[in-house]
Amino acid sequence: MNVALEAVSWALVWSGSAFCVIGALGLMRLRGFYPRTHAASVIDSAGAGLMLAGLMLQSGWTLVSAKLAIIGLLIFFTSPTATHALANAALARGLSPDPAGEDTPSKR
Amino acid sequence: MFQLASLLAALYVFWILMSGFFTPFLLAAGFGSALFVAWLGHRMELVDREGHPFHLTWAAVTYWPWLAKEIMKSALEVSRIILDPRLPVSPTVVRFKPRQKSAVGLVTHANSITLTPGTLSVEVGPDGFTVHALTAEGAAATSASEMDRRVERFEGSA
Repeated sequence: MNVALEAVSWALVWSGSAFCVIGALGLMRLRGFYPRTHAASVIDSAGAGLMLAGLMLQSGWTLVSAKLAIIGLLIFFTSPTATHALANAALARGLSPDPAGEDTPSKR
Repeated sequence: MFQLASLLAALYVFWILMSGFFTPFLLAAGFGSALFVAWLGHRMELVDREGHPFHLTWAAVTYWPWLAKEIMKSALEVSRIILDPRLPVSPTVVRFKPRQKSAVGLVTHANSITLTPGTLSVEVGPDGFTVHALTAEGAAATSASEMDRRVERFEGSA
C-alpha cells in the first residue's frame, strides 16, 4: 500500500476517534436529555463514519471492505431511527424539549 | 417481476459478500437460499416499491455525498461548541412544515435532520416536524432549508 493512501487512512481513523472522544466529552459536559442526544449523534454519525472509511482504505478492494460498507449502511439507517425513537419516547413521556423545562421531567 | 428479480440479485450479492467462499456447492446453496427468501418475501407481499426501493438507487447515490458533507460540517460545529470552555449552547425547539408529501420523503428528511449532529427530529408527521437544535442558529437553519429542497428532489424521482 502506498504512503499517501496509508496517511489518508490513518488521518480518517484518527479524526473519527477524535470525534468519538469529543462526543463522549459532550455527553458529560452538556446538561439535559436533548442536548446530550446531540453529543451522542457526533459519535455515531461522524465518529463511526470516519473510522469505517479509514478502515475501508486499510483493507482495500477486498470482501472486508464490502462488509465494512454494509456495517456503515446499517448504522446510517438504524442510528437516526433509534435516536428519533428515543427522543420521541422522551417527548411522549412528558420530558419537555423547551430549555426552561430541562432536567425536570414534567409530571402528568 | 422486475422488483422480484432485482431483490433476488441483491440478496444473492449480499450472500456472496458475506460468505467469501466460491466453491460451486456453496454458490449454489447461496442461490437456493436467496431464491427461498425472495419467494418468502413475495408470499408475504413485502416485495413492492416500499419494501425494495430499487428505483431510489440513483437518487440516493446523488443525495448521500451532499448529506455526508453536511454531517461533517455540523459535526465540526458541535465539536467546537463542546470544546469551548464557555459551552455556548442555546437549546431551541422549532416547528415547521416540510415540503415532502410521500412517506419515503418525510422519513428521509427526518432521518437526515437526526443524522446531522446538532439537530434532532423529535416529532414527525406530514403536517409538521418538531426539531430540537443545540443552538438557536441551528434551529433557524432547519425550516425551508437546502436539505428540504434536496429531499424534495430525491422524493420527486421516486
